[in-house]
Amino acid sequence: MKTTTPAVMRQKWWTAWMYLAPALALLIIFVLFPTLRTVYLSLRSSDTTQWASEQCRAGETCWGLLENYRQALTTDQATTALQNTALWLVVMVPGTVILGLLFAVLTDRVRYESLAKSIIFAPMAISFVGASIIWRFVYNPDPDIGSLNALLGVIGIGPQTWLATDPPFNSMLLIVVGMWVWTGFTMTIISAALKGIPTEIIEASRVDGANEWQVFTHVMLPQLVPTLAVVGTTMTINTLKIFDIVWVMKGIKTDVLATRMISELYLFRNNGLSAALAVILIILIIPVMYYNIRQFNIQEAAR
Amino acid sequence: MNRVLRERLISIINRIPLHVAVIGLCLIWILPTLGLLITSFRPQQAVNETGWWEVVKSQEPTSTAYQTYCTDCHGANLSAVPSIDLGASDVVSGFTNTRRLAVTFNREYNGAVHIPEDQRPDDESLREILDYLRIESGAIKMPPRFTVNNYKDVMVGYDARGGTYDQACEEEGPTPTRSCDFWEDATRSDAIFKGVLNSFAVSIPSTILPILLAGFAAYAFAWLDFRGRKVMFALLVGLQIVPLQMTLVPVFRLYADLGLNGSFLGVWLFHTGFGLPYAIYLMRNFIAGLPREIVESAYLDGAGHWRVFRVIIMPLALPAIAALSIFQFMWVWNDLLVALIFLGNKAPVLTYQLSQLMDSLGGGWHRMTAAAFISMAIPLAVFLLFQRYFVRGLLSGSVKG
Ligand code: HEC
Repeated sequence: MKTTTPAVMRQKWWTAWMYLAPALALLIIFVLFPTLRTVYLSLRSSDTTQWASEQCRAGETCWGLLENYRQALTTDQATTALQNTALWLVVMVPGTVILGLLFAVLTDRVRYESLAKSIIFAPMAISFVGASIIWRFVYNPDPDIGSLNALLGVIGIGPQTWLATDPPFNSMLLIVVGMWVWTGFTMTIISAALKGIPTEIIEASRVDGANEWQVFTHVMLPQLVPTLAVVGTTMTINTLKIFDIVWVMKGIKTDVLATRMISELYLFRNNGLSAALAVILIILIIPVMYYNIRQFNIQEAAR
Repeated sequence: MNRVLRERLISIINRIPLHVAVIGLCLIWILPTLGLLITSFRPQQAVNETGWWEVVKSQEPTSTAYQTYCTDCHGANLSAVPSIDLGASDVVSGFTNTRRLAVTFNREYNGAVHIPEDQRPDDESLREILDYLRIESGAIKMPPRFTVNNYKDVMVGYDARGGTYDQACEEEGPTPTRSCDFWEDATRSDAIFKGVLNSFAVSIPSTILPILLAGFAAYAFAWLDFRGRKVMFALLVGLQIVPLQMTLVPVFRLYADLGLNGSFLGVWLFHTGFGLPYAIYLMRNFIAGLPREIVESAYLDGAGHWRVFRVIIMPLALPAIAALSIFQFMWVWNDLLVALIFLGNKAPVLTYQLSQLMDSLGGGWHRMTAAAFISMAIPLAVFLLFQRYFVRGLLSGSVKG
């Protein structure tokens, strides 16, 4: 931190704390304390009155104090949620990054750039609930209502009940919604980085006779790699936390970590298991975030 | 041909695939939303029978299909069969959709099938026939292509299967659940208008509070000396990674003890606490970057910290405040999770109402789309008006819980 109080400014020892107190109080009450308490609750029984290990019954597998984690990781429902979360990550993260890159590069070359970008970005402004409604409308099985079935009808494919299809296909349909929303985000960041590449470098390689594809792969892409890494990790975190789309679209077996967690808390009142799922979530996030912050700092330092 | 002109032409042709790609992708992106918007303005009947993409088609029903398939027996005047008059409105209004009408083709009259299978009209013609009968018999007045009734219905939470709020009030008058006074009905808890009010009631304080408190804290971090400053700021940056889910269970239980579940205050405080790490981080970086000389000279002029904060720092920090406000407002407005857990149906906000409507599909797509669009209109307007700040906020690089 470079800045300090100008030497001429006098302050009493409590001046700073007066400015800090309200924010600190709320931070402690709403972020710090609950986080620690969630870790503790994840070791307690479903109604939190006893330790999780006390629920173990003889003859059944039990991880003792970590019983909630066993339930969060090994039951059928849990594996579905974990598998789906993995699917979301594998498809959504590369998907949004590649699409965002594509948009950024393409729109960079047309005169109506800002209009095109606004269109792509607009889904970011609306709620996930709104996005889910828009897409449930698109996926509607009735070809007189759902545009997807109507479109496929034109090429002779009969109407499908999309959201009732078998997993993992139905999750893919939800991921499409996620990509529709988040591509605007990746595009914006990548586009800003693209504009940061000095035009002389690009022009120079064009003069050297490189075609557009070579300019892209040999000049632009290497310059964009750090940004792509940050965008990718940010999207990883966003994807891990995805909740609303899955919650509102309600497919069969489309649960992800965050929706399981809320179901356990809100529908089944299983506080212990719910807390364990939250801890798993943050454990998955920490390394990604750590990498992200480091990357960001390296980039800042390079500027 | 002139060489320059030819080269221009070639370069334009070369760029055609680029334009096709960009415009194509934009169309794919915008069509789902456009479909929703158009549907929300169409009358119920039309929404159920034809897709929104057919909205431009001519509506005027023609008699051609009827003449091909039905005139032989039913006659051009619709009443040639003595036992049934297809020109009577009560007969025709019984056929609420084409399927109902198609069923009669299987029936046997005097030992003969009504219409043999190979002579039946296809779906398209059938719809044309039904429309023709409806208009001719006076069963239905030609519905307008567009209507605002869907918006009116959802604003007051009217979700009966057929008809509209206006019709119901005209024909049945007030009932215990409906006063037929628009603004009175609009403030009932299942009315979307009430949801809009609730969403504002949640979002505005949840935007102002964290930014105000973050401003104080950021000032301390940027311009004041105190012990543990660096450590605390590092910790604060770290707190940004805590996902919302991580804090729900304990706060939910705390609120249960304090009786704050279902109250606005609870949601305001939660959003404030949760928005703070990012807000402080952003504000402190901005404030620390302000030129020192201004602050120093103000102090030499005899201003205290409080005065410097109010008169100099805050006005200069307006760009950061604007970016943050827009971010926080949209985040809170669009949030479902916090509203679901801490408010639920006690003070339903828009996102909650929508997710409920979605579960029951209450009121059908014509109203569902209208409700969805109401919820989207405000953040979209904010986004379009303040796009610059929004993007800047994004770029100042961090992620929100
Ligand atoms: C072969 C002659 C014939 C043709 C062609 C024909 N109808 Fe009919 N339809 C009849 C007769 C006869 C009845 C009356 C039976 C009775 O109720 O006694 C009838 C009855 C009906 C009824 C009343 C059904 C009920 O039970 O309420 C409807 C509606 C109807 N027709 C519609 C149509 C339409 C629409 C077409 C053209 C697609 C059509 N018909 C073509 C002979 C015909």
